[in-house]
Amino acid sequence: MVTAEQVWAAIGEVPDPEIPVVSLVELGVIRDVAVEGDRVRVELVPTFLGCPALEAMTRQVEQAIAGLGGEPEVAVITDEDWSTDRISEAGREKLRAAGFAPPAPRADGPTTLVQLTSKAFRCPYCGSTETRLENIFGPTPCRSLRFCESCRQPFEQFKTI
Amino acid sequence: MPASELLLSLADDELVVGWRDSEWTGIAPTLEEDVAFSSISQNEIGHARALYELAARELDTDADALAFDREPAEYRCAPLVELRLDDWAHTIARRYLYEEADRIRIGALMRSDDPELAGLAARIDREETYHRLHAEMWAARLHDEPRFRDAVGELWPAALGVLEPDLRPDLARRVGLGVMEATERGEHTPELVELWETMTEVRRSIPGAQW
Repeated sequence: MVTAEQVWAAIGEVPDPEIPVVSLVELGVIRDVAVEGDRVRVELVPTFLGCPALEAMTRQVEQAIAGLGGEPEVAVITDEDWSTDRISEAGREKLRAAGFAPPAPRADGPTTLVQLTSKAFRCPYCGSTETRLENIFGPTPCRSLRFCESCRQPFEQFKTI
Repeated sequence: MPASELLLSLADDELVVGWRDSEWTGIAPTLEEDVAFSSISQNEIGHARALYELAARELDTDADALAFDREPAEYRCAPLVELRLDDWAHTIARRYLYEEADRIRIGALMRSDDPELAGLAARIDREETYHRLHAEMWAARLHDEPRFRDAVGELWPAALGVLEPDLRPDLARRVGLGVMEATERGEHTPELVELWETMTEVRRSIPGAQW
């Protein structure tokens, strides 16, 4: 008999397919775990709707549950207003240590150009806020490209959504 | 209008505009724009998938079948997204006009009585914020360029046709142009058929194929 705690712990070991320094739980994409007998239903909320890692995430969660002897059912939830605020503190620290600037907290309104060009973004390498926006878009939908004027290092900044 | 019809117009617009914009992958004028257009297209096609999934439940089918197994005449996309645009001024004009129209339509859906549709619209709206910033930056940069202004004027009737008539005055106000006779949905351009032939080639060769 599988317990919800065991499932959370097992998924807590599943790395994000694109940035393996954080787990799916730290990334905040697991919304709910429900156990009924051997059946384990997990609700997964994608970071971006077009995220190509979504299928890999689903498969890995299914494998983790099967590894515990449970029957997995992974539901991808697209109706929730997901936000990068769901990334845990531990997750943010791990991202920063790996050279990815974690997302800024959500403001009340949508992100503006003024915010993106402000001094609110810190370089994950040297900590300077003398950074500028290079491109709103980056290697994946969830990241932007910035450049640090202090240490002359380009870096990837998580978009706030 | 049944919910599925509205969902299909939206999903078809997002799929087709994503397809068209992705034609710049690898050949955009700058590397930054290559990255931007690829990422925007990926998002738009992701939105299409989520919208198709919602429609598929009502129509008892699946998202891939809706995206790839219909005949060209069954698609509900607006002519604006179908056009094959080979120059940058027109491409940016369409990005800008499409995002302005989409913003109004998504805003209306966020107020929908259907909580699932309203929730998905809110989710899409968050991601679209970044597309709008990109489009606004380009529109500001090219504002006084005659080629860009001509392209906006040329695409304007088709941009109006993205929206239902009651939402068009909002678009006209935002863009600073007047409401006029729109190029409506329904009649497809020859470019859609050409795009459809490429887009559906795999599914037509191997029915039910997944990749």
